[in-house]
Amino acid sequence: MSRSFFLKNPSVLVFIACLALFTLGATILSDGFGVGLISTSFIKTLGKTLCLCLVAIAMDLVWGYAGILSLGHMAFFGLGGYMIGMWLMYERTRLIITESMSNAAIPPTDQEVVDAIGTQIFGVVGSSDFPTIWLFSASLPMQLALVVLVPGLLALIFGWLAFRSRVTGVYLSILTQAMTLALALYLFQNDSGLRGNNGLSGLQNLPGLDAVPQSTLSVWFLWASALALGLGYVLIAWVVSGKFGSVIRGIRDDEARVRFLGYSVEGYKLFVFVLTAIIAGIAGALYYPQAGIINPAEMAPIASIYLAVWVAIGGRGRIYGAVIGAALVSLVSTWFTSGQVPSINLGVYTVNWVDWWQVVLGLSFVLVTLYAPKGIGGLFDLISGRTPPNRHGKDLGPDAGSLQEQEAEQ
Amino acid sequence: MRHLLAALVALALLIPVPAFAGPVQDLLQAHGSAIIKSSRKTIQPTIDAMAASGLPEVQLILQKWQAREIWQRKEDGQFFIGEEVEKRVYRLTDFDTGERVGDYPKKELKQVKPNSGVQAMIGTALVQFQLTDPDPSLRAAALDSIQRDPAPELLPPLRASIESETDPTLKAQKDRLNTLLTISYGADDAERIVAIDSMAGDLGVDVRATLNPLLDTTRKIADGDTPGTENVAKVLVPGTDLTETEAYDLIVAAWLAPARIEPDDIRNALAAHIDGGTVGSIPVATLSDPAKRVLAYDALAANGTVPPRVTPADQQAALAQFTIYDAYLEPSQQVTDAAQDALTDIELNVSLYQTLDLSLDALSLASIYFLAAIGLAITFGVMGVINMAHGEFIMMGAYTGYVIQQIIPDYTLSIIVAIPVAFLVTFGAGVAMERLVIRWLYHRPLETLLATFGISIALQQIAKNIFGTQARPLTSPAWLDGAWVMNDVVSISYIRIAIFCLAMIFLAVFLFIMNRTRLGLETRAVTQNPRMAGSMGINPDKVNMLTFGLGSGIAGIAGVAIGLYAKVTSELGSDYIVQSFMTVVVGGVGNIWGTLLGAGMIGFLQKGIEWMNPSNTLAAQTYMIIFIIIFIQFRPRGIIALKGRAAGD
Repeated sequence: MSRSFFLKNPSVLVFIACLALFTLGATILSDGFGVGLISTSFIKTLGKTLCLCLVAIAMDLVWGYAGILSLGHMAFFGLGGYMIGMWLMYERTRLIITESMSNAAIPPTDQEVVDAIGTQIFGVVGSSDFPTIWLFSASLPMQLALVVLVPGLLALIFGWLAFRSRVTGVYLSILTQAMTLALALYLFQNDSGLRGNNGLSGLQNLPGLDAVPQSTLSVWFLWASALALGLGYVLIAWVVSGKFGSVIRGIRDDEARVRFLGYSVEGYKLFVFVLTAIIAGIAGALYYPQAGIINPAEMAPIASIYLAVWVAIGGRGRIYGAVIGAALVSLVSTWFTSGQVPSINLGVYTVNWVDWWQVVLGLSFVLVTLYAPKGIGGLFDLISGRTPPNRHGKDLGPDAGSLQEQEAEQ
Repeated sequence: MRHLLAALVALALLIPVPAFAGPVQDLLQAHGSAIIKSSRKTIQPTIDAMAASGLPEVQLILQKWQAREIWQRKEDGQFFIGEEVEKRVYRLTDFDTGERVGDYPKKELKQVKPNSGVQAMIGTALVQFQLTDPDPSLRAAALDSIQRDPAPELLPPLRASIESETDPTLKAQKDRLNTLLTISYGADDAERIVAIDSMAGDLGVDVRATLNPLLDTTRKIADGDTPGTENVAKVLVPGTDLTETEAYDLIVAAWLAPARIEPDDIRNALAAHIDGGTVGSIPVATLSDPAKRVLAYDALAANGTVPPRVTPADQQAALAQFTIYDAYLEPSQQVTDAAQDALTDIELNVSLYQTLDLSLDALSLASIYFLAAIGLAITFGVMGVINMAHGEFIMMGAYTGYVIQQIIPDYTLSIIVAIPVAFLVTFGAGVAMERLVIRWLYHRPLETLLATFGISIALQQIAKNIFGTQARPLTSPAWLDGAWVMNDVVSISYIRIAIFCLAMIFLAVFLFIMNRTRLGLETRAVTQNPRMAGSMGINPDKVNMLTFGLGSGIAGIAGVAIGLYAKVTSELGSDYIVQSFMTVVVGGVGNIWGTLLGAGMIGFLQKGIEWMNPSNTLAAQTYMIIFIIIFIQFRPRGIIALKGRAAGD
């Protein structure tokens, strides 16, 4: 079965090969394992970019294939980060506290250790008690399970409510955006139990691995992110390749027709929504230990909008397109906003790219939407010679599917 | 000049002091030593004697005395009003005749220096004169000072001044102040209770400020029952009114019982008594177990090295023995009962008015949401175009107002100019956007959403580049400052009233355009069926362009109004965009009355949630969005859903 799957989808093999080559190359050039041509911070940037690619292919599945423009997937991404961050922060604080308490005359009781950890973590929001949501933070397996369960359950509840009342199209987008806003605003409060706008910090230090330098850790995370991206890619390629893929593409193109054919449209959409939320959560859990800090601002609606921007620029409805878009736009964004790009002196006004990059990004997004609905991925069609049949009217892009403009108007 | 002065002084010294001294001088001389060596404890009889002397100059004397402007001439010990005319030279004026006595160097004079305590006492004595002063503004000032700083001794002069008061407003104010002072310092309980009862249901903050101190309590502990001498507010039952631990700690704090031994105390005691690796014959290494710690501590306690632990039985015994109660500081029970009744009455009234105030707040929030959403009701509700840059049009309107204010400094004029200019600017931006982007995407709503997102990101950043990240002020004209105050509880600022009026005007304009003009008719026709409208001779392109421009222009005017109320930043629009879409979606797409209801619902809901949890407006927004998500489950098409063919899709 897998043989035939790879035979049918050679692009998956190509992608895996590219990913492996990239990882190998980065490892060889890295500070921790190779010749040291690439700095540790850039290895971290590459690792983070791989995580963003992972959440982008999830977004491609839910938007490019199932036609649900979700503006909430970065919230799931952030939730995954929070879940792993809770364990990282708890365990590391516990080690530090145990270390400092071991010098005390009387060995500390368990309760004293927990109280000291609580004071250390929540002192910044004026509290010292562990909120209920930190119940499992002492256990790595439980928190890893929560990385999957929390975004999955939230997506399940929200998706079930939204899909069963047939909220579709832009209404669904606005609703998911509202959900993201609500979540971010909730986390901004100090009594949300997740340290308010301070967020969780110090996540780059893995507990118990103090001896391992960051240069080595960063390569480990790069490998883990590459592995997750590879697995995620194969999973999504497999999901969209079979009959299931045809049904969700059918839902994207004409939901009512698929429903009349007897498929449970809500079930399919819910499955895709929850699956992608879980992938986003996992991506977040890999991203934030590399970023080192997570706070509610990362989950603001604008982050999810950027996710949509990446996928649109890369090309919807093709998984490698999402990877290209996420990698290209996020790396170029980092480059432009880091101030390394020389300013352009126009005589009367100096264009400082740190200030103007967002304008360029916004406008290029408009141009891509207007003139290249297939995104950068569309260039591969030119190479492979795959051109759509010449039909009347304009192409509506992947989300209105096979319909051309004049057909859609009927 | 100096010579001349010296000559003058010499001349002044040559003139003999007149043997006759006036009544004021006599009075001052009679109290001379007390005045010179005044102190808080001894001066009261002197002040009283002066106040009671009935001389017309008493007020002047007291004022000058308080201001430290009375000087004694060393030569003969007489008192004069002194005024510095030159450095170290003072011009003296006689109290009785009002004539200038002459200029004296400082070394020949002695200043009367009452300390601040004495100054305050003189001030009190002065109040009775100010209360009957012919100048009404001085009388009002005296009333203010009494209100700020009430004291028992102010009551008699206040009462005495009511009779002769001519100004009806001041008379009412004096009556009210009399009642309030009677409540606090009345001679007997009956008088005070009458005063308290007369104030029942009054909304004034001053009444509550007077009544609340009467109900101040202190927490006391009695051995056995509460003593009959106390005016007991409440006996506290451990376990219901406060936890048993708290109750026991209160008894401990009163030195009536031994302190509880906390886990921390146990640890410190154990650490202090480590003896060769063991404490109380228990190895130190095993002391991470709380039970072992207790054992070790008890062993130490058995040796008598540490105080024994307080057992739960000891605690219970202490709780049973002592009574914890709150006692009023006010000894009379009738007074506290009356105050309690009056306050209950007042609270009821206050909560009624607070509901009204909250409703007004909600209404004003609703009108802000309505303002932000009404342009969207045209572009999204009528045309079906998702414009995510709508918030940025609001921001553009606000910044236009700011720029106009930089050019035209007069606030009233600048606002009048800003409104049409903001409309034109955003109308232009809307038309440009419709021509360049949206018209290519009419059948691709998701793509419209994305493209307008791109524009929104770009516009926000451009605004940030031009105006910076700090908030820019959009100042409202002076006649919009202040608030309409109904009473001490209900008030609403004029700017909110103005925004409400503006929202209503917009509603009327919208209804007029959509239902009574050719553009409205054509817009509705094009929205329902562009081809049919086209074949009827309507140019759909032009109609779409104008309608979109209209919606954007209204957003610009809304921006000016919102800018007056909030700070103008580049994020101004994005703060409102989600709420605006919610307003349109909740209300029902395509119906302006729905948008109105939606704004009302969201406004009242948000204020309601804020009222339940006033400290946390972030949580209020979170819960409101969750509520809206659930609401959409039950009415997916909003409050007012279009039916039949108009519903479209």
